[in-house]
Amino acid sequence: MSSELTLKKGHELRALLDGGEVSSVEVARAFLDRIDEIDSKINAFLTVTADLALEQAEAADKRIREGRVKPLTGIPVGLKDLLVTKGVRTTCASRILENFIPPYDGTVVAKLREAGAVFPGKLNMDEFAMGSSNENSAFGPVKNPWDLERVPGGSSGGSAASVAACEVPLALGSDTGGSIREPASFCGIVGVKPTYGRVSRYGLIAFASSLDQIGPMTRDVKDAALVLDAICGHDPKDSTSIMKEATDFAGALSGDIKGVRIGVPKEYFVEGLDPEIERAVKDAIAKLEELGAEVKEVSLPHTEYAVAVYYLLATAEASSNLARFDSVRYTTRVDGSDLIDTYKKTRAAGFGEEVKRRIMLGTYALSAGYYDAYYRRAQRVRTLIARDFAEAFKEVDVICSPTVASVAFKHGEKTSDPLEMYLSDIFTIPLNLAGLPGLSLPCGFSGEGMPIGLQMMAGPFREEVLLKTAYAFEEATDFSRVPGL
Amino acid sequence: MKISKEEVEHVASLARLEFSPAEIETFASQLSSILEYVEKLGELDLAGVEPTAHVHEIVNAFRDDVVTPGLTNEEALMNAPYPEDGCYRVAKVIEGE
Repeated sequence: MSSELTLKKGHELRALLDGGEVSSVEVARAFLDRIDEIDSKINAFLTVTADLALEQAEAADKRIREGRVKPLTGIPVGLKDLLVTKGVRTTCASRILENFIPPYDGTVVAKLREAGAVFPGKLNMDEFAMGSSNENSAFGPVKNPWDLERVPGGSSGGSAASVAACEVPLALGSDTGGSIREPASFCGIVGVKPTYGRVSRYGLIAFASSLDQIGPMTRDVKDAALVLDAICGHDPKDSTSIMKEATDFAGALSGDIKGVRIGVPKEYFVEGLDPEIERAVKDAIAKLEELGAEVKEVSLPHTEYAVAVYYLLATAEASSNLARFDSVRYTTRVDGSDLIDTYKKTRAAGFGEEVKRRIMLGTYALSAGYYDAYYRRAQRVRTLIARDFAEAFKEVDVICSPTVASVAFKHGEKTSDPLEMYLSDIFTIPLNLAGLPGLSLPCGFSGEGMPIGLQMMAGPFREEVLLKTAYAFEEATDFSRVPGL
Repeated sequence: MKISKEEVEHVASLARLEFSPAEIETFASQLSSILEYVEKLGELDLAGVEPTAHVHEIVNAFRDDVVTPGLTNEEALMNAPYPEDGCYRVAKVIEGE
């Protein structure tokens, strides 16, 4: 029974728990056993919190007996290790936070705790969420459960791999330039990046504050909707979170997409796109049309500038955000000859190479003499990219594209050339710059058996049409599979 | 845009980082190629285009000026490398006296 339980999706576990067929403790034990059995192969977990999970599961069983059930009560949720958890080590996959024990919960963590969710542990990632392959973790790379020689994508690589490998049914990731969607695509799962401001960022260790957004990574669309419903909402502790009524995305999954207008951006089907991916995505769009959607071509003319804009703005924000790691309030300290020297020595020892590279680039872009030429110019091009989307969404409801131009690549394949690695986010970055919602869901497999992701994007706060369209596609197809590990 | 080793050292100092001579070499070459790539933003005519710092039109988000519970002194200090008498201890920063 225990191994079968780990194959269940969140909403399937909900039905079993509510029907009294299993207890939350049995569910928690099944997933903890699975982690114990296979995590040494994929390295998705940085910290396993078995005692906490079992304690929460017991409390969840009590709630179920008392009839105080919420959709996630008793369901395990893995947390990317940049979400601060009270009393549980939170590292951001960095040496500089190796021993950091937060004294508070981030808002999404507190919401899940109140909903009665169970936390089996903290998930590996690229250090400070900077990376597209999860090779930048200070605690070792994550392996793709579909092929251990390949990367799971990044930066939420641990979240994606743990869900794909059935170590957890649900996980949270964060997406600054594609960090939920790209690993979801590489690992064959569903990942949703909500509209900027939908989900509170309080207690998310910041990378680029104008772009970061927390979202669900799950095995199907219904689970993604359930998790989103649990974490969305205004938070007085995040001044960029938006006042909106409570959501019921799960309740809106009708399966009917007649009349939904689908846009296909010509700039996303260009040279360099793997032909197998192009075919799978075009087949998926044809399937949506067959299901009643209306398909037309749209143009997002400034797409080719997005990566350049992103690597100036995100690094500039990061250089400022990461200034807080100064060895005074937290982090280990490496003593130098004076205070400045202590800062330098601590940060040189504590940050990994990619983090330093981005701090350097961002500091350069913000420094005197270059501010207008780089940072200010990038902000203005950001306006053009946002306008492209605003124009396109006058004509269509959902834009469909590949999530990534390739399937998961091999470990080490792109580590020597930072720019080549950055370019792997070319289809996911524009959406963050425009602050819009998007998702990736499985739409096929390559000849070598690697998952292919379909990206769907929508206008601001239009998660409902996004999830509805994805759900209809998922119901009509069979690409949600589990790798043999 | 070629970035010199001296510039890398200057930026490292602004960023409160330090590097070995070999790392400086690598950064000079990698940052140069990234900056060369972002030069493509220079192709665009941006006359009349305002910058976007933030996608939503929130100006200020105020709350009522009411005291709410925060971290205790003990909690705030629990991760500090050198707490002392309920404070963070740092190296001397003011010259003289």
